[in-house]
Amino acid sequence: MTAEAEEGEFHAPTIAEFYPPAFLFEGTPFEINRIMMIRLIVMVLLIVLFWLWTNKFRKSVKTGNVVPGRFQLLGEMALNFVRKSIAHDQLGEKDGERFLPLLTTIFFMVLGMNITGIIPFANIAGTSVVGVPLVLAAAAYVTFIYAGIRKHGLKFFKNSLFPSGVPVAFYTLVTPIEFLSTFILRPVTLALRLLMNMIAGHLLLVLCFSATQYFFFNAEGFMQLFGAGTLLFGFAFTLFEILVAVLQAYVFTLLTTVYIQLALADEH
Amino acid sequence: MDAVNIAELSGNIAVVGYGLAAIGPGIGVGLVVSKTIESIARQPELAGRLQVTMWLGIAFTEALALIGLATPFIFA
Repeated sequence: MTAEAEEGEFHAPTIAEFYPPAFLFEGTPFEINRIMMIRLIVMVLLIVLFWLWTNKFRKSVKTGNVVPGRFQLLGEMALNFVRKSIAHDQLGEKDGERFLPLLTTIFFMVLGMNITGIIPFANIAGTSVVGVPLVLAAAAYVTFIYAGIRKHGLKFFKNSLFPSGVPVAFYTLVTPIEFLSTFILRPVTLALRLLMNMIAGHLLLVLCFSATQYFFFNAEGFMQLFGAGTLLFGFAFTLFEILVAVLQAYVFTLLTTVYIQLALADEH
Repeated sequence: MDAVNIAELSGNIAVVGYGLAAIGPGIGVGLVVSKTIESIARQPELAGRLQVTMWLGIAFTEALALIGLATPFIFA
C-alpha cells in the first residue's frame, strides 16, 4: 500500500505493508494479492518486450537493414551488457554462452521486478516478498552445483570442502567453514540481499511520504515546514531506489556468474 | 515516570541491534570503495575490472548489514 496516514496520528510503516489482502481466488493456494498481480504483469511485459525485440532483430537480419532503431538499440545494449560484461568477462566465451540463458533471465527478471518499486500506482517491488528471490537463488544454487559436478564430478565437493594446500589437521576447522559458506550462506545471502534491499527501500519511501502527508495535513504551525524536507527526501530516495534496482539486478547476476566460475575453476 | 528511572527509554531494542549491525559493513564498504578509488588512480586503464571487483566486495560486505536487518523479523 502506498503512503496512507490515518487521521490525526502518524503511523510508521510496518512489515504488514508486504501482505496486502488477497482479492482473487481467496482461500486457495493460488490466491492473488497486489504483489502477486504486479509480478504477473511484469512477467507478461517482459515476455512481450523480448518477443518484440527478437522479432525486430530477426526481421532486420532478413531484410539486411541492420541499423537498429531507438527501441531496438536499447534491447541490444541491455542484452549485450549481460552477455559481454557479465558472462563473457567472468566465464569466458565458451562457458559464458552455456550459462547465458540463465544469466539473462535472472538479470531481466530481477530488474523488472525491482523497478516496480518506484513505478507510480505499483509502488511495491515484486521481489519484496521472499518468493521470487528464493526461487532465483535456488536456480543459481542448483546451477553452480550442476556446473561443478558436470566439470569435476564428485571431485567438485572434495575441491570445495577440502581446499588443497591446507595442513591436514586444519581441515577440522576449514571444512565446516567452507561447507557453511559455500553450500548454505551463498544461496541464503543471495536471496536475503535482494529481499532486504527491496524491503528497506520500500519502507524508507513509505516512511518519507507518509511523514510528508502527516506534516502537511495534520501538523500545526511551522511544523508543516518539515513536510517539504521529507518530500525532498522521498524524492531523493526514489532516485536512489532506481539505482538500487539496477544495481541489485547486476549484483545478483554477477554473483551467480562468479559462483559458477568458482565451481568451474580448476584446482591449483 | 518513576523518580528512580530518570533516563528511561522506550521502543524496541532491535533498533539498537540494527544500528550495531550497520557499523561493521559501513566501515567495510568504505574501505572497499576507498581502495578501489586508490587503485583506479594508480592504474586508470584497469578501471572496468576494478569496478566489477568492487561491486563484488560491496555485495559480500553488505550481506552482513542485511542479515542484521532481517534478524528482528525472524526472532520477533
